[in-house]
Amino acid sequence: MPYPKAYLYHRVVKAKLFIDTNFYLPLDLNNISNEAFFSKYHFIRLFKNSYGRTPHQYLIYVRIEKAKNYLKHGVPVSEVCFKVGFESPSSFAGLFKKVCQQTPGEYQRLYKRRQEALKKSPLSFIPNCFSEQKGWVYPLKEALNC
Amino acid sequence: MITKMNHVSIFVLDQESAYEFYVNKLGFKVHTDAPIGPGMRWLTVCPPGQPDLELSLMSIEEGPMFKGEAAKQMKELVKKGTFGFGVFQCTDLNATYEELKSKGVVFKKPPTKEFYAYEALFVDDSGNWFSLGEKPKE
Repeated sequence: MPYPKAYLYHRVVKAKLFIDTNFYLPLDLNNISNEAFFSKYHFIRLFKNSYGRTPHQYLIYVRIEKAKNYLKHGVPVSEVCFKVGFESPSSFAGLFKKVCQQTPGEYQRLYKRRQEALKKSPLSFIPNCFSEQKGWVYPLKEALNC
Repeated sequence: MITKMNHVSIFVLDQESAYEFYVNKLGFKVHTDAPIGPGMRWLTVCPPGQPDLELSLMSIEEGPMFKGEAAKQMKELVKKGTFGFGVFQCTDLNATYEELKSKGVVFKKPPTKEFYAYEALFVDDSGNWFSLGEKPKE
């Protein structure tokens, strides 16, 4: 007898949340499909239908997104690599560059530069109509002496 | 010729709570979070698949935008669930519904086949409601 749809969704969602929580561990597809109580191939198909990515692609996506967060908080690239579950700095750097079109170091530098610019000149990041409507333009210009 | 929209305002009752809702529950990305001064914070988030559309999570305060009683009235209207700010899209509505529900997102309507689409309705932490639809399968 086929499983009811709600049961299948519940299992796929559970597997996705499992990846969201355990991304930093050395996960493989067998762990994840076991978590969902599916056969590997059935699981990959259902997961891709639900999220548009295979479980492996999704795991990479989560790891890269978490890596971006660590980089934004100034964590050194060499530490970020292991914090998000990559086994070697070179595989991390290679994959990061492939996905983000810049190295982790470049990403971190550009983010830091943007934060500095944001601090120095916040109005240049906000469409003027909003700043004016919020009444931010004059107090801010005064505070920044410009 | 207008080519696209890049900013949309969503009026929220509390920006910190909105941050928790949009970033940690819906999974949106922070685009800009600039504490400008006391009571002044520019906070924008983007849906993960649309990094150039900034949703500005705007606090409601008395000022040029809401003069006199207007801020209080606006807060009341938001709380009452007066505003529907748009339609979000996901790959699979049933899976997204299950996931968001498990994270505590409140749905006014579960996934339902309507004349025009398969949709659900959820509310944010302030009371604003959104439709959630499914990308048509290719």
